[in-house]
Amino acid sequence: MGLLRELYYIFLGFFQGLGACFLFLFRILRCTPAALLRWRIIWQQIYSVGAMSLVLIMVSGFFVGMVMGLQGYNTLSKFAATSALGTLVALSLLRELGPVVTALLFAGRAGTALTSEIGLMRATEQIAGMEMMAVDPVRRVVVPRFLAGAVSVPLLTMIFSAVGILGGFVVGVSFMGVDSGAFWSQMRVNVDLWDDVIGGLIKSVVFGGACSLLAVYEGYYSHPTAEGVSRATTRTVVNSALAVLVLDYLLTAFMIHGV
Amino acid sequence: MRQTRSIEISTGLFIILGFCALLFLAFETTNIQAYGDTGGYDVIATFTNVGGLKVRAPVTMAGVSVGRVTGIRLDPQTFNAVVTMRIASKYDQIPDDSAAAILTSGLLGEQYVGLSPGASETFLKNGAKIQQTQSAIILENLIGQFLFNKASSGGSK
Repeated sequence: MGLLRELYYIFLGFFQGLGACFLFLFRILRCTPAALLRWRIIWQQIYSVGAMSLVLIMVSGFFVGMVMGLQGYNTLSKFAATSALGTLVALSLLRELGPVVTALLFAGRAGTALTSEIGLMRATEQIAGMEMMAVDPVRRVVVPRFLAGAVSVPLLTMIFSAVGILGGFVVGVSFMGVDSGAFWSQMRVNVDLWDDVIGGLIKSVVFGGACSLLAVYEGYYSHPTAEGVSRATTRTVVNSALAVLVLDYLLTAFMIHGV
Repeated sequence: MRQTRSIEISTGLFIILGFCALLFLAFETTNIQAYGDTGGYDVIATFTNVGGLKVRAPVTMAGVSVGRVTGIRLDPQTFNAVVTMRIASKYDQIPDDSAAAILTSGLLGEQYVGLSPGASETFLKNGAKIQQTQSAIILENLIGQFLFNKASSGGSK
């Protein structure tokens, strides 16, 4: 009986969290037009959230592409189909690895920073101070950070995929001796603009929105203590990773059956 | 002030870099030219079997891409496949007795339609039908035939 009750409360807590998250999203969206007028704050947030993640994303993308090139070459050479290496690298990166790995890296690099920043503002009563001065903290603090994250993730994903393809090219063509013409021409024949590039872009927009929403939500509603902020930061990473992977499956299933 | 400015400049560079990556992916890695050419004229050809031919597969002549497959459907009377192809308008002097064949690039590559020119003085027009066609080679049938021939020749010895 105790176990059942425990499960019941876990489920209840899950739905409560989901509902609160969506209500917070509506609150953010309602404040968005007003926040857009102060675009400089958003611009600066894009710097700290997106531009500062650039080196991490590019290095990771390059190495992921290099590993894809190496693994793909190793496997494809068993079937004497190494000319399909370009297709393999490009499709894996554009459809799956680019959006997912970028979102996970983003949650670790920028999502945690957003949560702890907003959480510390809450803990040091800066948010209460804003409310005292009749400044809406959602509009001034939360919305710019959310928008910056939602804009940055698709851009970072495109950079990740592009650098990854170059990484695969370097390993496949320069190290392994795949024909450079076959690498690009096979890729061009098999990669589709709508299904693959735009599909990956849609995924990354959804992931960016989800990761940013979870980060600002956890920060805004964190307990105003040192432990509360640390727990909120942990929850951001865990929930973002789960949300990205579950959404990835749903979006993939929808795209494959919808097209 | 100076610092704010450098932050804003780096943000702009980051956003431009992101869009450059998107353009690179869209133009350098995809078959985007398959969407571009809307001009041209349509030609149809019937095949008894199209194998793995897909819409947007290239139509080539002497290895040069001259158009795209725009539609594949089944003729309910003859049970043949009707393939619609759009040929770019700059290739408007293809003889109307040319032959179409479904070919495969490499052993496991994609299938495409290859046109081989005829000798007629008149040219293919919009809506014209290619009379001589050669269906896709189905590997299973080929192997079956080979085994059958082998068995019958073995039996006569």
